[in-house]
Amino acid sequence: MSNDTVLVLVVITALAFDFTNGFHDTGNAMATSIATGALGPRTAVAISGVLNFVGAFLSLAVAATIASGLVATGKVTLTVVAAGLAGGIIWNLLTWLLGIPSSSSHALIGGVIGSTMAAAGGSAVLWHGLVSKVVLPAVLSPIIAAFVAACGTWLLYRITRSLTEGARKHGFRIGQVGSACVVSLAHGTNDAQKTMGVITLALIANGTVAKGSNAPVWVITCCALAIAAGTYIGGWRVIRTLGKGLVEIESPQGMAAESASAAVILLSSTFGYSLSTTHVATGSIIGTGLGKKGAEVRWNVAGRMATAWVFTLPSAAIVGAIAYGIAYGIGGTLGVIIDLIVLAGIAGFIYWRSRGSKVDHNNVNSEWTGGVAPEPVPAETAAA
Amino acid sequence: MSWINLTALWKIIVFGLIAGAGLPALFASGLYTLSWGPKTARTAGADGGADSDVVIGGSVVGMVLAAIAFLIVLAAIGWSIYEIYTLGHPATTTKK
Repeated sequence: MSNDTVLVLVVITALAFDFTNGFHDTGNAMATSIATGALGPRTAVAISGVLNFVGAFLSLAVAATIASGLVATGKVTLTVVAAGLAGGIIWNLLTWLLGIPSSSSHALIGGVIGSTMAAAGGSAVLWHGLVSKVVLPAVLSPIIAAFVAACGTWLLYRITRSLTEGARKHGFRIGQVGSACVVSLAHGTNDAQKTMGVITLALIANGTVAKGSNAPVWVITCCALAIAAGTYIGGWRVIRTLGKGLVEIESPQGMAAESASAAVILLSSTFGYSLSTTHVATGSIIGTGLGKKGAEVRWNVAGRMATAWVFTLPSAAIVGAIAYGIAYGIGGTLGVIIDLIVLAGIAGFIYWRSRGSKVDHNNVNSEWTGGVAPEPVPAETAAA
Repeated sequence: MSWINLTALWKIIVFGLIAGAGLPALFASGLYTLSWGPKTARTAGADGGADSDVVIGGSVVGMVLAAIAFLIVLAAIGWSIYEIYTLGHPATTTKK
């Protein structure tokens, strides 16, 4: 049953999700470089935006997984996709407000799973695909990334032990820029793909393209643009948590972390695994804390994140299911429109709440005082 | 039914280590050889120069080795991106 109006709305919503994905994940590539001063905050997000755009065109493997590996595409209707996206967006915005680097991937997948289940029951979900291509990689990837980053960090400090502090910092800052760029590229290859997969799913559900198709070029381009734009806006709150809240990072650690992330993400993308770049980046950052003697890992922050991660898939699923329920209850095109209006309302509310504790490129590097937004400093003593 | 693709897993770990830890280590080695020579203040036995952040020491051998190291790193990154591109765009069985 085809309904082009709803399709257009769904595509717009998907691109909105892609946008939230962009700013949620900027930190994964750039937080360490911003924290050590290797790159200025606005330069960092600009570079990241461009590279995300390029990366989105590099590989189509992940889109395929999302479009056909997780839910029985025959059971997916446009309403299901719209509701799933709503679930994903709301969870993404909530965690952004709280400055928690959570997985946009899981938010999206959770939302779609939830709405699919609400529509067609548990049998419509390809549980084996979900576990083997999403859940298990989600658990294993941060561990692998942490291990690689820890080894890298240890090696880096050991090899350069005869250099002065200053020389080491100078040299590795350059290295950081390079590795952060590769992560941005990697992020484009892995994350923009997800939205492409969902849009393709919607196109299939609407009958516009045949089952099993690859994402059309206009889809790829729009998703690339949306994620690049979101990246440039820069999720300062999440950048702050990653760069300052988890481990106090020096340049060598920054480079080790980003290189480990880049390697794990790129390798997994080629296998079609939809990884959480956030999980990988966080694992890497923790790994660098473990690989350097005397480095402090704030385990309470890490703990908060881990909790959020465990809850992401189910929570987004619940929101997705509720969203589906609303749309289905009202029925038809109006149901989807009401859903999206509610979504816009919630989004607006969350944004309004965030203004109260603003984090932007000016205070993203301030001393960590226990919460996302730094304690305001009296104007005369505020340093850059 | 397999839940974990073990082949993929070990490949990710091994190549992850080589690329994710090995390449930075190579870069670090480049920094190290670059610092050979009289112009850098090395922590061992430098008097008053420990604050300097000069990396390039002036030794020609050091610079050549460093250049080789950096080139390998760049080449590896370039090659991986190329590989990802070809793997991610399978030779068309579907028409564009």
